[in-house]
Amino acid sequence: MDFQVLYDIPLIGLVFQLVGYLFEVLPRIAPGILAGATPIALGAMCGILCERSGVVNIGIEGMMLTGAFVGFATGSIVAGMVPDGPETNAFGITIPLVAAVIAAILSGMLLSVIHAWLSISVRADQIISGTIINIIALGLTGYLWSLVGTDLDSGGRFDKLKPPEGLIDLPVVGPILDMFLDQGPIAFSLIFIVILLQVLLFRSRWGLRTRAVGEHPRAADTVGIDVILLRYRNVIVGGALAGLAGAYLTLEATGSFQTGMTAGRGFIALAAVIFGRWTPIGALLAALLFAGSERLGIAIALSPPQGQLGDVLGQLPNQFWAALPYILTIVVLAGVVGRSIPPAAVGRPYAKEGHD
Amino acid sequence: MRQAWQVSAVPIASVLLAIVVGGLVILASSIIIKGSLDFGLPFVAYGALLEGGLGIGAPTLDATINALTRSAVAAAPLLLAGLSVALGFKAGLFNIGATGQFVIGGLVACVVGAELATWSPWVAMPVALVAGALAGAAYGFIPGLLKATTGAHEVVTTIMLNYIAVLTATALVIGPLRAPGYTFDRTADIGNAGLPVVFGRDLHLGVLIALAFVPLYGWLVWRTTLGFEIRTVGANPSAARYAGMSPRRLIIVTMSLCGMLAGLAGTIVFLGQVRYYPATFGTGIGFEAIAVALLGRSHPIGVLLSAILFGIMRAGAPLMQIRADIPIQIIDVLTAIILFFLAADIIVRRLFRFRAAKGGVEGDVAAVSRSYGGETAR
Repeated sequence: MDFQVLYDIPLIGLVFQLVGYLFEVLPRIAPGILAGATPIALGAMCGILCERSGVVNIGIEGMMLTGAFVGFATGSIVAGMVPDGPETNAFGITIPLVAAVIAAILSGMLLSVIHAWLSISVRADQIISGTIINIIALGLTGYLWSLVGTDLDSGGRFDKLKPPEGLIDLPVVGPILDMFLDQGPIAFSLIFIVILLQVLLFRSRWGLRTRAVGEHPRAADTVGIDVILLRYRNVIVGGALAGLAGAYLTLEATGSFQTGMTAGRGFIALAAVIFGRWTPIGALLAALLFAGSERLGIAIALSPPQGQLGDVLGQLPNQFWAALPYILTIVVLAGVVGRSIPPAAVGRPYAKEGHD
Repeated sequence: MRQAWQVSAVPIASVLLAIVVGGLVILASSIIIKGSLDFGLPFVAYGALLEGGLGIGAPTLDATINALTRSAVAAAPLLLAGLSVALGFKAGLFNIGATGQFVIGGLVACVVGAELATWSPWVAMPVALVAGALAGAAYGFIPGLLKATTGAHEVVTTIMLNYIAVLTATALVIGPLRAPGYTFDRTADIGNAGLPVVFGRDLHLGVLIALAFVPLYGWLVWRTTLGFEIRTVGANPSAARYAGMSPRRLIIVTMSLCGMLAGLAGTIVFLGQVRYYPATFGTGIGFEAIAVALLGRSHPIGVLLSAILFGIMRAGAPLMQIRADIPIQIIDVLTAIILFFLAADIIVRRLFRFRAAKGGVEGDVAAVSRSYGGETAR
């Protein structure tokens, strides 16, 4: 079908051109979109775990950054100690990389213990606590990077899986399968983590307790749920996920570290949580939207659309596309927050009756 | 006097503890820097910090004065930005957007200043100053409006706006605002709009402007109706509404004022020190301002003292790097440790055996988390 007739309509034709362009370019950039969405989505999973339990976690950004740094540093150090092993597996998994991921996860958990302690036991303001986590992370990683950064060579990088030709050539399903399969291990595991969390949160006993604590901790306490312990556990698991998100950045997306490389993804993750209505699948879709906007920008810069649309879009500076995820986050928050319903007890510290 | 002690006990103790912990961090770092544990390194480092920031132990009187003016110049923007964050706290708002407001204020001040570069300084300077302050106010207005009308929490929106501000500034300075004839992307020189040096080598007018805002802030918060309304809505929004105040209006006004203060911080830095806006300008002032405001307990004198402390640290850090090989990022680590102890005031109080007086930061910032779920002010 020749769409040129539609494209030539003044003004409205631009919309058709855009749709046509998207159809053409999205299948190509789909794997990149999922990859870009991985840290945001993992951060959002952390956010969901925390907020569903009633704890605001602004510190996801700091936990991610710490995971990124610790992952890179560990990978580098271990790679220097271990001789090169056989690299014949699908994801390029090596001992240094495994050690690095574990270290990143642990570092995220360590920071989340601090946040959990400040928020749950000390009962400090949770947003302040989260912000302090971010400042600690930024300060420490910046300092340590200045101290040892030049001495650390890359410890390696995960490879992407090569999906079988037959699968991705399928007509409609092909590109979708390609998107999920043409990934490194962390991005690959994202879909499983999301599904697992979705099922657990809404169909398991743990999920029910978690949601109860987030909505009405007093009532949950009355029926015997240990509110404090549950919150601690969930926040720490959340920290593990945030650390994993950071590991993705330095061990899979790139093989290097830069100060402040998380660039606000931890906060975009919070918007994804709200946009996805505090559900894992919703947050994943939101993350895909945010990442998609950035990837689309890169695609437009690299292979601009033809004709009128190309002229219009070419006027926009590169920084516009880099800023688009941030702008989208604000738009989402402004449009959705007032109308969405968070867990009722989010942000409020819990004190057992009779104590204090 | 006793009340002053009660209020400042935990912050002072936090700083002292942070110095000790910071010393341990430096000690640990000595293994990497010197190859083995060097117990003298923390003392060398702190000694250099004192010399570079306060002139203690400096070889000449000139060097001492230079150190002091350096600290003052470094402290001035921190003071204004700290007041910006502190004012927000008073209203129950968390202004993390000081970085973005600083950048926008500085950029506009440079652009306006460049336009007026050849005019009389009596005109160019005030106009550029006001322009920068207003630009900052406008940039603070945005998240204020968003929060008041849609409930979007300012914590996330201001952080997003920080990134947007930096990217926008870069795009503008590379593009339409670029001044011809330079080897890198930057705006034109501000000429007569620049703030003159009033003392020593580099203490410029902006320092005095910043100082003037200390009593101004106090006057606003405790001697005006607006200040009363701000404090009320910060302490108890429902009570404010019941008393006929409009939390919505107050959020917008407060955020705009916060933006103005942070924008002014950027303005005095660019008009007084840098004198043009480079395309790639990065700053961590937003987070430092949070530390200044929290350490200063949102009180004008506290914020002033905190800003001076951080200014001294900033000014002395380069000498520390030269003498002890410690990266200047150690200041960020010290800042983080101070904040940690402020939040975990329970540690501080137990260690120093303070009474359970309200020494912690919860009292200052109680309302910030309350609005996270999007309960819109009405």
